[in-house]
This record gives sequence, C-alpha cells and structure tokens, in this order.
Amino acid sequence: MKPGIDVLLIEDEPSIAEAIRFILSREGWRCAQWSEGSEAIQQILGLRPRLVILDVMLPGRDGLQVLAQLRATPEIASTPVLVLTAQGGPLAAEGASMVLAKPFANEDLRQAVRSLMPAGQPRA
Amino acid sequence: MARRPGSAPPQIGTRIRERRLSLGRRQSDIARGAQISAAYLNLIEHNRRPVSDALLTRLAEALATDVKELASDREELVIAALREAAARIDLRGPLPAEIERITEFAARFPGWASVLAATLRLAEGLERKLVSYSDRMSRDPYLLTTLHEVQSAVTALRSTASILAETPDIDDQWRNRFHTILDQDSLRLSRTAQALVAYLDSFEDEIVPMSPREEVEAWIAAGEPNPAEAPELASDVARAIAQELQAEQTRDRAALSDAELGGIVDRVARDGRPVDPADIARLLNKPLDLVLRRLGILRPGPWHDAGLIVCDGSGAPTFRHSAPGFVLPRPGEGCPLLPIFEALAQPQLPVSRLLETPEGERFAAWAIADRHMPMGFDGPSLSRAQMLFAPAPPDDARRALPIGPACRICPRAGCPARNEPSILGPV
Repeated sequence: MKPGIDVLLIEDEPSIAEAIRFILSREGWRCAQWSEGSEAIQQILGLRPRLVILDVMLPGRDGLQVLAQLRATPEIASTPVLVLTAQGGPLAAEGASMVLAKPFANEDLRQAVRSLMPAGQPRA
Repeated sequence: MARRPGSAPPQIGTRIRERRLSLGRRQSDIARGAQISAAYLNLIEHNRRPVSDALLTRLAEALATDVKELASDREELVIAALREAAARIDLRGPLPAEIERITEFAARFPGWASVLAATLRLAEGLERKLVSYSDRMSRDPYLLTTLHEVQSAVTALRSTASILAETPDIDDQWRNRFHTILDQDSLRLSRTAQALVAYLDSFEDEIVPMSPREEVEAWIAAGEPNPAEAPELASDVARAIAQELQAEQTRDRAALSDAELGGIVDRVARDGRPVDPADIARLLNKPLDLVLRRLGILRPGPWHDAGLIVCDGSGAPTFRHSAPGFVLPRPGEGCPLLPIFEALAQPQLPVSRLLETPEGERFAAWAIADRHMPMGFDGPSLSRAQMLFAPAPPDDARRALPIGPACRICPRAGCPARNEPSILGPV
C-alpha cells in the first residue's frame, strides 16, 4: 500500500487524464491514474486514495460497475467518488458522491475535488 | 382451427349464403345446381350442416366461384390475425371484441375483416421498425462510439484550453505538451465530426421514407418509365407529379421535336463540346427557356452529361436531373448561389456562369426564367426558372463561382450567401 495518494483518476482518455492531473497537481493534490475498468478495484485497494475520480465509459468494465463493486467492498466502501459522465444533465449514478458532466469547467472540477475530499485540505 | 376430416371449416355456410346473395340468386336455383334440396342448402347456409368436399365443389360451381374462395386458407389467416388483434389490443373499455363471433364476422364482412387484419399487420410492421430505429439510435455501436469520441475530444480541448488561458506562468514543457494536445484533439474532433455527418446522412437516406418529390427524382433517374407501373412512384402524389411532368415534356416536345433539336446540335457541334445554347435557340428561332429544357431532357450528342433543374417562382424544384459530379442537395435545400436563383430574380435575362463545387469539379451553367400569366393581366404572373449545366471544358477561362451543397453541410467559410451555419464549422 502506497500512502499519500489524494486522488486516483480512472480515465482512459490520455488528453483528458493529462489535463485533470495537471489541474489537480497545481492545487497540491497528489494524483495517480489508471486507464481501464477491470482492475480498477485492485488499484483502489492498493493505493487507498482519499478520493476516486471515475469515468463512466471505460474499457474492460464500465465505471458504474466499478462504482457498484467499490461500494460493496468494505475496505474502500466509504471512499468518495466523483463520477465523470458523458451524459448531460443530472445522472442517477447510484453510489456516486457527485457527478460531473463532460465537458466540464476546470473550476467546477477543482471545487468538486475540494468539497469531496475528506478533511478538505491537501496533505502536503 | 380444428377441422373434422371430410368436412369444411365452420361458418362456411355463412360464406355460401353471402356469395349467393351477392349474385342475387335464390336458394332453389343454387340447390338445383348443386343437386341438393333447397331446405338442405338452407341448413348449410345457417351453419347447421357440415359440407363435404364433394358438395363444396358442386356449390362452388353453382355459385360461379371456386372452392378456394369458399373455404380459403386466406380466411383462416384473416381470422387468426383478428384473434391476435383482439388478444393484443387491450381496449380497457367496456367493449371487448366478440371473440365467439369472430368466424361469423370474417365470413359476413370479408372485406372489413381483411382491412382490419391488414391494419394490424401494418401496425406490427411499423412497431418493429420503430423499435429497430430507436434501438439504432440508442444502441448503434458506431454512433455511440463516434459521439463518445466527439465528447472526449471536446472535454480534452475545453480543459486544455482553459489550463493554457488560466495558467500564465505555465512552464514551457507543459505549454508545448498542451499545445500538442490542442492540435491533435482538434484534428480528431474535425475528422470525427465529418465522419458523423456522413454517417447520419446515409442513415437519413435509409430510414426516412421518401417524399413524393424524391420518388419523382428516383423515377427521373430511372429514365422516366411509364408512371402507371413505375416501382419508383410509390405514392399517388408522386404518380400525379410524374404524369404532369410528362405532360409538360410532351408539350415541350411538340414545340421543339427531337429531330429538329438533334439536327441543329449536330450542325453546330464543335469538337463534340457543348456550344452556347443561345446560339441553338437563335438558329431554331425558339425561346431560350424551351431550348434549355429540351437540351436537358433529350441530352443530344455533346450534351449527354448535361443536368437540368427547373423550379417555380418559390424556388421549389419541379424537375431535377443531375450531371456526373454535381451533387444535388435534398429537395428544399440548395446553394443560394446557383444561377437558377439568380435567373429567377431577373426573369427573361439569361445568366451564364462557370461553377466550381467544393470538390473542384467545374460546370458551365446557363439559366433563364420565364413568366406565365394564367390568372390574366390582373393576376400575379408565375415564374419558372430553368438551369442547364454540363461539365465545363478545361479551357473555360471565366472566373469560377464557388458553389456548394446545402449551407448546413457546406465547407465554404466566409460565403456571403450562407443562410445557416455549417455543422462542419471552420475546420
């Protein structure tokens, strides 16, 4: 278990992942990234991030399935999850702490991460 | 339906009675012909006696029909369809279908019963189509993947562009990295958008039922076969339009025959290339609008690749035949720069232009609008414009007019005639 990861970003689009990592790193959050669904749970279990940002459309296993499995896994069930969806409007992603529609404003992403992060401040 | 061996289906008596009554014959007449007593026929007609196959044959003869008509499987199909309709369509009202009288209904009102059965089949067909279209819209893997591509590219572009805008102190390495992303993702977006447009266009062609106007165009493209039998003309409206078009063409042909036009075209031909239609009109001493239409319909000699568009005063096309490489827009859409519209705005004045499509194909076009006064001197006059066009010779040195398809899908940026933003956008 690697300590000290704030955000695990599960997103398969390299350009989007790069932008998000840049934005969050500038805020002081330590980020890791994973780019498919089937081993996402193992990654979360291994890294124990304080927050998961989860894309819905993932290769391997879709984000909503990953979310359901996360909520059913006791060690990580309480992790806040910010779901990124391609669908406009409010989406009922069961188990999501918050949903952000793509494309999003960078400021909305920053605020969402700040408000969802337990204790609210970067560890660093 | 259960059928006892050697006997006809139930309710056949009702059909026999209907048939006899429709012929206006008496029971005794038919009974004699079928070698039975009138009383027995009466029992049969009220479905109180079964009819053997041998007797059915004799009855059919006496009723000047055949056995199949009287005991046809078709009717059983109709009855099955009616049964299904009754079962499927839950009226939720106080009037359930009289299932127990279904065979009687089908026999007494065979026409209405088939209408009902056919309506059900039609509704089922439409239902299946609707389901498959909505499936296609919501589950079509190509469409979903492409839309996902668009959304991903837009998401990346928006975030990256914002980063660059809101981070003035960004270091060079990151700046270069994000510039590369902007470049790649904008390219990806424009490619995907184009693919999507092409895909949706093909989709439209496939699923949207053709309008009567489009049916007529398919009929023109098929060489205008007899409108009464042409499979292209599915609707009555399309058939009526086609017949009217043929009547007009007949009038035009009477005013300028194939032989007369062909003879002049041969006489003035230069190196197998189209000549100025105004020269042809002058030599024939015929109106230019007639000559343009006749050249576009007959397409003699050097005009074999010519196209013709005729429209009314509202700009609505009444006849369209394309030339190779010239993509006609869907009816009701069109490039506002086409000379046919220029001609429409200045009736009687001929317009001649060199046109260039976005693909770089060049066409020489000649247009003129004429006027008619079917409502007399006091009524408004009606306009008609015709544009003849043919591949331009390579040495046509005039400045080419850049035309396009419908504005919605036209790539020409900064066109002063644009009436709608292009979904292709500035690439």
